[in-house]
Amino acid sequence: MKRFRRHGHDSQRDKLKQELYQFNKTVEHGFPHQPSALGFSPSLELLAIGTRSGAIKLYGAPGVEFMGLHDENAAVTQVHFLPHQVELVTLLDDNSLHMWTLRAHKGVSELLEIGRFTLTGPPGAIPSVTRVTAVLAHSSGELLLLGTEGGHVFVVEVPGFRELEENNISLHESLLPSTHHRWEGQNLECVEALQENPLNPRQVLIGYSRGLMVLWDLDRRCAIQHFLGTQQLESVCWMEDGGNILSSHSDGSYCHWTVTGKDPQTEPEKQETPYGKIPSILVDSGISTVSKLPPFLIFSGGMPRASYGDRHCISVIHSKTHVALDFTSRIIDFFVIRDGERDPNALVVLVEEELVVVDLQTEGWPVIQTPYLVPLHCSAITCSHHVSSIPLKLWERIQAAGKLQNLHYSRKPWPINGGQNLAPDPPQRDLLLTGHEDGTVRFWDASGVCLYPMYKLSTAMVFHTDADPNDNMNQSTEGEWPPFRKVGCFDPYSDDPRLGIQKIHLCKYSGYLTVAGTAGQILILEINDEAAEQTVEATVVDLLQGQEGFRWKGQARLDLREDPVTFPSGFQPFALVQCQPPAVVTAIALHSEWKLVAFGTSHGFGVYDYQQKNNILVRCTLNPNDQVALEGPLSRVKSIKKSLRQSFRRIRRSRVSMRKHNPNNGSCLLWLQLQEINARLEAETLHDMELAPVQRKIEARSADDSFTGLVRTLYFADTFLSDSSQSTPSLWAGTNGGAVFAYMLRLPPVERRMDNKVTAHAGKNSKEIQLMHRAPVVGLVVLDGRGAPLPEPLEVAHDLARSPDMQGSHQLLVISEEQLKLFNLPKVSSKAKLKLTALDGSRVRRVGVAWFGSSRVEDYGESSLVVLTNQGELHVVSLPSIKLQVHYPCIRREDVSGIASCVFTKHGQGLYLISPSEFERFSLSARWVVEPRCLVEAPSETRPTSHSSQVHRDQPDGASMENRICKRLVEFAFN
Amino acid sequence: CLPMIRIPEANSLSFEAEYRRFALKKNGAGSFQEFYQLLQTIHRIPGVDVLLGYADIHGDLLPINNDDNFHKALSSANPLLRIIIQRRDEDEPVVFPTNSLQRRKKGLAGLRPSQQKNKPALLIGLPQDFRQISSIIDVDILPETHRRVRLHKHGTHKPLGFYIRDGVSVRVTPQGVEKVPGVFISRLVRGGLAESTGLLGVNDEILEVNGIDVAGKSLDQVTDMMVANSHNLIVTVKPANQRNNVVHRGSKASAGNGSAGSGGSALSHESAHSPASQTVSQCSNSNSVAEGDSDDDDTDLIIESDNLPSYTPHRSLANGNIHGNTPSSGVFGHRPLPQSVSLPSSSSLPTKTSSSQESMREDGNFITL
Repeated sequence: MKRFRRHGHDSQRDKLKQELYQFNKTVEHGFPHQPSALGFSPSLELLAIGTRSGAIKLYGAPGVEFMGLHDENAAVTQVHFLPHQVELVTLLDDNSLHMWTLRAHKGVSELLEIGRFTLTGPPGAIPSVTRVTAVLAHSSGELLLLGTEGGHVFVVEVPGFRELEENNISLHESLLPSTHHRWEGQNLECVEALQENPLNPRQVLIGYSRGLMVLWDLDRRCAIQHFLGTQQLESVCWMEDGGNILSSHSDGSYCHWTVTGKDPQTEPEKQETPYGKIPSILVDSGISTVSKLPPFLIFSGGMPRASYGDRHCISVIHSKTHVALDFTSRIIDFFVIRDGERDPNALVVLVEEELVVVDLQTEGWPVIQTPYLVPLHCSAITCSHHVSSIPLKLWERIQAAGKLQNLHYSRKPWPINGGQNLAPDPPQRDLLLTGHEDGTVRFWDASGVCLYPMYKLSTAMVFHTDADPNDNMNQSTEGEWPPFRKVGCFDPYSDDPRLGIQKIHLCKYSGYLTVAGTAGQILILEINDEAAEQTVEATVVDLLQGQEGFRWKGQARLDLREDPVTFPSGFQPFALVQCQPPAVVTAIALHSEWKLVAFGTSHGFGVYDYQQKNNILVRCTLNPNDQVALEGPLSRVKSIKKSLRQSFRRIRRSRVSMRKHNPNNGSCLLWLQLQEINARLEAETLHDMELAPVQRKIEARSADDSFTGLVRTLYFADTFLSDSSQSTPSLWAGTNGGAVFAYMLRLPPVERRMDNKVTAHAGKNSKEIQLMHRAPVVGLVVLDGRGAPLPEPLEVAHDLARSPDMQGSHQLLVISEEQLKLFNLPKVSSKAKLKLTALDGSRVRRVGVAWFGSSRVEDYGESSLVVLTNQGELHVVSLPSIKLQVHYPCIRREDVSGIASCVFTKHGQGLYLISPSEFERFSLSARWVVEPRCLVEAPSETRPTSHSSQVHRDQPDGASMENRICKRLVEFAFN
Repeated sequence: CLPMIRIPEANSLSFEAEYRRFALKKNGAGSFQEFYQLLQTIHRIPGVDVLLGYADIHGDLLPINNDDNFHKALSSANPLLRIIIQRRDEDEPVVFPTNSLQRRKKGLAGLRPSQQKNKPALLIGLPQDFRQISSIIDVDILPETHRRVRLHKHGTHKPLGFYIRDGVSVRVTPQGVEKVPGVFISRLVRGGLAESTGLLGVNDEILEVNGIDVAGKSLDQVTDMMVANSHNLIVTVKPANQRNNVVHRGSKASAGNGSAGSGGSALSHESAHSPASQTVSQCSNSNSVAEGDSDDDDTDLIIESDNLPSYTPHRSLANGNIHGNTPSSGVFGHRPLPQSVSLPSSSSLPTKTSSSQESMREDGNFITL
């Protein structure tokens, strides 16, 4: 009967659920992991990046971004936009070509794959004949020239990928007129470069890897001129006048050739070796020159290998100025942006870990700050914290402090502005704070589609570390040769791992911030608009409270600088708590109204009064028999082995990617050796695994397990801890062993807050709950009389939340890894529970409280609990009834670090790391969705008039119309 | 040190109960026979044949019928020891089930044929001398190749003591033989609960954990499910050794015969006992798996520090059961007794109402998901 009666209610509830919850992965923030290709469309002003995992990402004006993923799990090796069109072609590792387009749908553009193609050679041909090494998207927009490893150039009609066999350029044919005996009977090897004459699109320069270059006439299908280079060719490029060619070579030289029509040309006009002719690495990705006297010459590499082989350089030469931009990671590719015919505007360089844009018009060539593609991982991310709805005042103060830090950036606006951002303005200001391994906390504007850096806080200057604080990255010595200049901010090396940030808590109303680190340090900071010199007051808190008979084997405490330090404007530290033993801080809570900070480690927890700067409570939670937790981090032998292996991997990775199709160069031997070592290491690991099959012990949790005393969560609440008539401030702490400790706090009246002591009552009025299932407590929430979670401190004072209901009885929600359990307060009697692990084997990893607004009714909403399990599933649990509402698979369960990195916003969104450098944003709310909405329109029919087009373009304007129609037809065909 | 032993007693000799509290010197206690006579004297029931039981630290009702368990009972007094005296009834034997003081049976009893409900239980052996640590259940509804084993971790300090691994299971389907991933027992720890029952063996395939199918779940998921249910773990296995299977005779209604060692004594719907097991199964405990889901498992311990660390046990309200079974909790006088203890012989039950200030509360709106 009951079941039938409930049915009507259920369907009503189901309808409501649809109005409240909706799962979407909306946008990826940060820098793509392992980029492998770069493309740029000057007409669309769009930038494209391909990655080794087969993703393709397009970026235009801030907020305009698209993402696509190839079905093949292969690296993208090249990306080419079709000139003056909205199509682009990608070449993958598996030799397949893919056509993508931006199609408008309901007023918003979408990136769609509309075709794929693989070259098929003549029957019986070896695969290298059709292995594509060079791609030229012809400016006519209807041809694609594909140079292959076998030395052929195939011509393909696009976007339909129709092979035009009669137009193919074959090696021997092209050689016939050549009388130079040097080439006879020799394999020319692969086509290294294909470049169209900027003034005459019917002329194409083909560069072969042995050094030969051929200028080919597409209409007459014959060679116009041969350039007989003798050095291994790296890249070629046309000068703007269409009459001069630059070629770069593996010996570190570049050559200047002139198109004379006299065939063949055996000697270059001019040969230069900018950094000396001693063994030097390749002039890699080629040369880009921009005329307009004096010309800009830009090339990568060319450094003598012996002394600078480990540098990643791009040299820019402009009249007397010569700078070698020194990047911190490998260069993938670069291009130059120009404003019409004028001077080059900016140099855009994609390196493995970041995108750097250099302003070439401003004196000193400063870097332009990127509004997207920011390397989140410039130091490894160790934790993150999201704060929703930042008050405008605090927002502006953080922004102002950040501006002062960015004075070294160029003031030029961002030069890539393709597409229109149609997304509505974000409804509120959201901050994402990321803690990093080097002790910095970075503040990001996370309100919209672009994760924009706002401010950077460094905690290292509070302590004595080995690093020299005066070590300036941008320092360059006068007269040094080559003239290196460090650019980019990717710097994964931490001076002291103890500085690593573990927990962050920001109070958005008061501007107080607590930051806790790896060596038991808890800093309390306050925002200040002026730079100030101050000393930080330190308090050492002994969390063991006299437990003896052991030796802490972990790291030492950080040394505080005793002399006053000048802190720049922004968040300035004024108090420091140092836990003894200095173990990793595992939980933190800040109550800015009471001016208290709670902190916990694997040994216990404490409460610090930052108004009076003294510690008011210490509670040791450690089981005295827990030797592992007592002595500190686990055996280091294993971690050394691990780090060795990782470094081997890193070396191998960089070597592999250094040169894909050129194994006969110098690094080959080393590379092979490394590969061998690596293979052996991997085989050993495999062997180990075979010896000990994977098995799991089935045992009930016990009080004697390791790390039962580790404090997992801390929570301040004004609630009914001791009697039901009067609420009091209280602190709640949950441990790994399934225990919850509650303490009543006595605060003096506000007017005597400075003088009277804050007390925590350890004896009377404290409570403990030991959950029978002993699973780690990961979250604690007190629900008010209406069943709503208590508001944040100061939220009510700022009129931003309803004051909690103190009439009805409060409830405590304890969230353990295995189940959710609701207790009545103050009696702490169990009221309801929701089991997770016992039913489906999933365990709670991350939990947060969020407000879900209805998408239909403006003023209806519910507070719910958002839970992420170790299976990567998201659950929404209603409050206070603790019933499962919806669940969605979100993260692969193997992606442990992704699951661990997840943070929830207060409005039903979340962020998690999909790689060390990228956050994926998702939304569970049907009302709040932050996702890119943008439109890219095809370039207008009248092409930008280049100063040459009237003279040399032999294509009438009508041709482009035809292309367009043809393209539409093809699109329909693919539909 | 002379600990005082206060013994509140329940006497149900003529459908009434009485309580007595008295002190005993711990080292002055003599043999079981002396104690038995002492009780008869105190309760003024000389010559009446009674059964003695005591509540151990886990809340289990355990027998006192010889010197050994008498001394064990005394040693567990902390400082109080509650002893329950019942008239020995020739017709309805009494057994001491695990958690008998705590658990109110519920679950799928209603699903069973009703005529079996009131049948007196058959008793095998001398169950009052043993504590139940495991049982085979649901023999009547499971295929004969499967075995559903319940491990009672509660009353024992033994570790569960087994390991599981990934493996490949061969299934016969209409399309032919199919290989699917499965989870298997990989190791039994010597002296552990799993080994001592004799009901689980290495290479047995695990099919269900507390009624939930493990197909498609990873090894870690199954591990976590088992750990989460470790206090009352019910695993359905497909034994690697199929020779000891329960053989069904006749129709399903009279199924559930004992295995080789049980002497062919047919039980109505009760499980049989493996000869190797130390189990004593008893009627009221034969709930199906659904009981694994009942919320009588975790009794969280709430400690309120008044002046002394006196622990107030609370109960899980989901089913109104009594809890408070931690080693440190000791004041039995404050510990409420269940209003219905699921002993089969209800007529001889001590009917004691709770004197505790804690009120029973049914949590009607809770729905187990």
